[in-house]
Amino acid sequence: MIQRVSLGGLSLALLAGLSWAVASLPAAPTGLTAESLGKLPESGVTNPVTAVLLNYRGYDTLLEVGVLLLAIVGVWSLGRGEWPESDLGDRPLLMSLLRVLLPVLVLAAGYLLWIGAFAPGGAFQGGALLGGALVLMVLGGLARRVLQRDRLVRFGLALGVLVFAAVCAATTVMTGGLLQYPAGSGGTWILVVESAALVSIGLTLGLLYLGGRPRDDR
Amino acid sequence: MPDADHRIYLLAGAALFAIGFYSLLAQAHLLRRIMSLNVMGGGVFLVFIALAARTPGVIPDPVPQAMVLTGIVVSVCATGLALALADRVQAATGSVELEDDEEAGDRPVPRPDPSADRKDTHSA
Amino acid sequence: MTAAWAIASLILLPLAASALAFAFPRRGRWLALATALTTGVAVVHLTRHVITAGVQVHRAGGWGAPLGIDLRADGLGVLMLLVTSLIGLAVSLYAQSYFTAHEPDRPRETGGSGRESDPSAGEKSRSRLASAAANRPGREAEALHRERYFWPLFLFLWTALNALFLSSDVFNLYVTLELVGFAAVVLVALAGTRAAVTAAMRYLFVSFSASLFYLLGVALVYGQSATMDLPSLAATSRPGPTLFVALALMTVGLIAKAALFPLHFWLPPAHANAPAPVSALLSALVVKGSFYILLRLWFEAFPALLTPAVAQLFGLLGAAAILWGSLNALFQTRLKLLIAYSTVAQLGYLFLLFPLAAAREGGFAAWSGGLIFLGAHACAKTAMFLTAGNILHAAGHDRIEDLDGMTHVLPVSVFALGLSGMSLIGLPPSSGFAGKWLLLGAAIAQGQWWWVAVILVGSLLAAAYVVRLLAHAFTRVGEPGMPNPIPPVMEGTALALALLAVAMGFASHWLAELVRVGAPVAGAMLGGGATP
Repeated sequence: MIQRVSLGGLSLALLAGLSWAVASLPAAPTGLTAESLGKLPESGVTNPVTAVLLNYRGYDTLLEVGVLLLAIVGVWSLGRGEWPESDLGDRPLLMSLLRVLLPVLVLAAGYLLWIGAFAPGGAFQGGALLGGALVLMVLGGLARRVLQRDRLVRFGLALGVLVFAAVCAATTVMTGGLLQYPAGSGGTWILVVESAALVSIGLTLGLLYLGGRPRDDR
Repeated sequence: MPDADHRIYLLAGAALFAIGFYSLLAQAHLLRRIMSLNVMGGGVFLVFIALAARTPGVIPDPVPQAMVLTGIVVSVCATGLALALADRVQAATGSVELEDDEEAGDRPVPRPDPSADRKDTHSA
Repeated sequence: MTAAWAIASLILLPLAASALAFAFPRRGRWLALATALTTGVAVVHLTRHVITAGVQVHRAGGWGAPLGIDLRADGLGVLMLLVTSLIGLAVSLYAQSYFTAHEPDRPRETGGSGRESDPSAGEKSRSRLASAAANRPGREAEALHRERYFWPLFLFLWTALNALFLSSDVFNLYVTLELVGFAAVVLVALAGTRAAVTAAMRYLFVSFSASLFYLLGVALVYGQSATMDLPSLAATSRPGPTLFVALALMTVGLIAKAALFPLHFWLPPAHANAPAPVSALLSALVVKGSFYILLRLWFEAFPALLTPAVAQLFGLLGAAAILWGSLNALFQTRLKLLIAYSTVAQLGYLFLLFPLAAAREGGFAAWSGGLIFLGAHACAKTAMFLTAGNILHAAGHDRIEDLDGMTHVLPVSVFALGLSGMSLIGLPPSSGFAGKWLLLGAAIAQGQWWWVAVILVGSLLAAAYVVRLLAHAFTRVGEPGMPNPIPPVMEGTALALALLAVAMGFASHWLAELVRVGAPVAGAMLGGGATP
């Protein structure tokens, strides 16, 4: 009981401190909107968030794609995943839903990837849709054979990191700066990176759902 | 937009963080603790978004938005890892709660022959 | 190699190697060694640049702060990178043999099948040996599995550490912190034992919640200053409630990750139950990463907030860590737990750097002393953990009481243990001594006598637990049966690091000059500060 009270007190103190900090924030914040919008024409995309994510602060995104790969490697190292029991023959409703939903999801993922340069969207958003599609496939028992092709899956998971790292190296060669895209070609490079990342992110999220290795390592 | 609107969101984010923190420490069940982490994360992201919305102009500040995107991805990874690890903990210990701290001295490894003439040691 | 290429290689090479090690699991050993050598070359080049041309800045994406992310290499960063390269190389070599050479890193419940001291246990041990032989294929597969996952995880950790030490952006530091934390957690769980998995779960809770504290602090910093770049923050931030709370949040998170008293509780079980090379990485590098960020925040970004009261508070927590850690280490029965508590204690010394380096004059001596101590501890602690791994492999257990006469069987390992203990205690000419000497000198010069007492008491306690450990190893009574031979590379790397920990003491002047580049303390400019 005393422990709960003191924990509650601690949390209230935390809240009080945070409220004080929040109340003291400057009244007229500028943020980095002006700078981001100002440099937008040079970035190769017209969506400011994508510009920040893959150009201005693209280095953060490189590490973030690394975190995704690390997570799936970690989950795989912990043990085998559990395949849900499923016999689609008994569940015609699920099967017909999947028949419609899966292609739509894949298409939407590709659309989000493309539209990310101009409007809200991008590799992560598309990857989330792909991941969802993969989860549905796992639940419907459709993904088992594909996901047990060890070499292919590993390569697909690593693709995002490898392509992104290769692009970083290439830009360093071309312009002398890490992730400094040569003038005018930013949009193309971003698309290349995002496409590879889309595949990896979708696979990673779907396999994270599985919660372990799809099969025993040879 | 007046500042007052955004202060609500900033405070809401702070409140979520505090609630998640309390729950992390007060709950024992592994799954609930993982959820507390997510609540804390949600609070932090809300603060970021509110900061983005405070800026004047038509387009909200894109930098905090990108940071939230990164934060969400990291949070998903952490949750995935935590869940897999919690599963392992349950498989190994049979319990969905973390055992009490064994750090102080640890349970002594059983001796090959407890009755032999060994010095009596105590675990700190 | 230009500085830009050196910086880029330090991050891209281990990252690519880890992805490749996951895609091609059988190439892990080779990839790790290749990474160790190539990044070693890059670090040496970067050091050369920093020494000759000063602080190196690389604007990722070409944008420059505050919109883009800057990567900086100064004396402090390069020192951390050098230490990381060194420990990384040692662990890469050690782990080539570690996983497959022997059985999993768990103390056997009944103390090893080689003991014949008790005749009545002979029957039991014979049948145990038989069942052990039958289980051998399963255990070998398990060991191989562990090794196959170790390499990509280890390389991820390396990437994250390099990225952390090169970063100059508080949000980027958050991402690298998370990367480091997750890699460390999974590496701890790799041991597979019940204790390891539990310790890893606890570590993950602490690590992730601490990161969230840090991230909330970053949010407040951005809300206040609209930048996340460390030098820009130093230039433009005005002390006030928001920054104070933000810094407090970040500090709490970082202190938990650095296992400073009283938030150290997760460290002993995690470091003790992890596989030996992982324990080395954790104690030597991972906890230092958070400490490094604390240094950057308090000395570079927000020096105005580093009041004497705050500095003394850090010192107080450090002193408590030294005393608590050393006392606990003294009473441990298991070797790896002793070493883990020793880490808690030694980290306390690092926090003494705050009150001593924040002073108005003579701060640089403490700054260089603390950092030399950091490097010394990294080498010595790695050597100790690797040695513990050797002993665990050879003897099947790590109970200190039952290590009698170890020196007859594993002379190289015990010698390494002795040398690293020498550095931990702070005996001349080791680098541990050099670090402590500089700290003592700074404390005396500034009239902060209480830290002198703390350092001396801490050294005495360290001597106590090291001597207790060695006393068992050097007794002539009894000879433990050692059924398992140890590959020479395992003993060799441990010994090499221990020798380095001692020999580095001779290079302490050069190290001090290295960290002088860009040091954010009073007296860093030539002509100020005391050097021995």
